[in-house]
Amino acid sequence: MKKEEMNFQKHEQFTLTMMPGIFAKKMRTCIIWQAIRFAIINIKMLVVVSKSH
Amino acid sequence: MARLVVLGGGVAGHTTATFAAKWLGSSHEVVVVTPNSKWNWIPSNIWVGVGQMTKEEVTFDLAPVYKKAGITYHQAKAVSINPEGKADSDKPFVTIEYTDADRVGQVETIEYDYLVNATGPKLNFDATPGLGDGNGQMGENTVSVCTADHAVHASHELEKCIEAMKAGNRQKFLIGTGHGMCTCQGAAFEYIFNIEHELNKAGVRDMADMKWISNESFLGDFGMGGLHMKVGGYVVSSKLFAESLYAERDIEWLIGAHVSKVEKGKLAYELLDGSTGEEEFDFAMLIPPFAGVGLKAYDKAGEDITSKVFAPNGFMKVDANYNAGSYENWKASDWPRTYQNPDYKNMFAAGIAFAPPHIISKPMSSPNGTPINPTPPRTGMPSGIIGKAVAHSICDMITKGEDAKLHEASMAEMGAACVASAGKGVFSGTAAAMTVYPVVPDFEKYPSTGRDTEYTFGEIGLAGHWIKHILHFMFMYKAKLNPGWTLIPE
Ligand SMILES: Cc1cc2nc3c(=O)[nH]c(=O)nc-3n(C[C@H](O)[C@H](O)[C@H](O)COP(=O)(O)OP(=O)(O)OC[C@H]3O[C@@H](n4cnc5c(N)ncnc54)[C@H](O)[C@@H]3O)c2cc1C
Repeated sequence: MKKEEMNFQKHEQFTLTMMPGIFAKKMRTCIIWQAIRFAIINIKMLVVVSKSH
Repeated sequence: MARLVVLGGGVAGHTTATFAAKWLGSSHEVVVVTPNSKWNWIPSNIWVGVGQMTKEEVTFDLAPVYKKAGITYHQAKAVSINPEGKADSDKPFVTIEYTDADRVGQVETIEYDYLVNATGPKLNFDATPGLGDGNGQMGENTVSVCTADHAVHASHELEKCIEAMKAGNRQKFLIGTGHGMCTCQGAAFEYIFNIEHELNKAGVRDMADMKWISNESFLGDFGMGGLHMKVGGYVVSSKLFAESLYAERDIEWLIGAHVSKVEKGKLAYELLDGSTGEEEFDFAMLIPPFAGVGLKAYDKAGEDITSKVFAPNGFMKVDANYNAGSYENWKASDWPRTYQNPDYKNMFAAGIAFAPPHIISKPMSSPNGTPINPTPPRTGMPSGIIGKAVAHSICDMITKGEDAKLHEASMAEMGAACVASAGKGVFSGTAAAMTVYPVVPDFEKYPSTGRDTEYTFGEIGLAGHWIKHILHFMFMYKAKLNPGWTLIPE
């Protein structure tokens, strides 16, 4: 069984949701990708802040 | 010379007082009455609660900051408000009781021209038997991260559990809300993920059983009726997003739960379907329900007018629509815009201290009539924005006249950024970064989800963690009024 699929069978509640695969997990701590996301999230948050004032 | 008195030196009150002092200069007086000697960046208490930050890193002394800003500071708690003055004077005043070591218990009155109530929440532990100690404080059965001291205590208890697991004893962790009418699920959400991260780091995750217990009718409600957000190109419900995060970390959930009683190592609950049950635990962090801090109000004749000024939950009435009726009739426009008290125009409430018109989530109760639904969150960003808008309004009333146009900051037109960290570490930490716009859904403007999905998004990763870290340092820097503090947004 694939490691990322193991939790599906651990509890009935877990079967109806989604689990990240290896690639999705790796991207969470991939410095280059996260640096890009950092810039995008910051821009979006600044827009939200400016819309709120 | 006008005097503005701000009750509460937390996120909202500190924002109001510091901006008002800056804008008014020395020609008018700004007074802060708050029982705490230190300011606390509460969101970072989560990291104190897992031993990753110290109390000193998330707090600082208020006195030197207020001295620098020219603000008169009383370390005291407000007890009552006389908005009409007294028999022989029309001048409104507040009665305060000192809390600092030198003057503890001393009572004094302070007259005001303008008043802002930013007293935040009373942590109402005693609403659930066994959650409180019967004297208004946290009991000994659970821990909390709502104050920096609570968080220090929580981290010591966590350490004991980690030691027990290292010695081969399985431990059960129960995190969530301690009553059917709690808010602040986001804080508990963040704490459970931080604990999970720390247990992994300590190499004992396989010895821990972890469970979420909360009053939300579905996971991911967050007191905002849930949200639809952009994740990985999809627009998904926060239910799916949250369930995925829990399942990935092997954390079970028990939702729609009103915790009815807490004992040592055990709690009792009632669910939305009316059934009851018990959960055992070795470590439990349960957020208490919030109420107003219990200020009283009196008219000129000394008659009690508390129910005129405050809602039954103790929060101050402002320009909200408190007669919106049932859920089907609720509108974004029910939410206040100026935070001015309808009866006393020189009195405002900011942050958690204002009475919301109604909850945001769908009202629910068990067949036994027990209400089990989250109450509305008023997080840091809205509290700061409201505090600043109120400061602006009062400054204009002082400098331009009482009829000056008031500044507006409706939670139905305001976003909130929530970065829920899931572990600290420059390259190993991650956080769920979420923004929601607007906080209160507006189904007239956004008929499908109530919110703008361009700006309501969420993702988990290192970027969110970096943002959370930067926010910590930015807000501590800003609150200390260091150079350029006004440039940092709320
Ligand atoms: C653990 C935790 C984590 C959180 N994480 C986040 C987060 O990540 N992001 C976010 O946006 N929000 C977060 N929040 C919410 C945020 O902390 C609150 O929204 C914010 O503090 C509310 O500001 P406030 O000024 O209304 O109340 P507070 O900040 O609580 O300030 C109230 C002040 O009033 C004082 N006071 C009390 N009684 C009296 C009295 N009788 N007279 C005078 N003063 C009085 C108190 O001492 C305090 O200084 C979190 C909350 C908690 C508990």
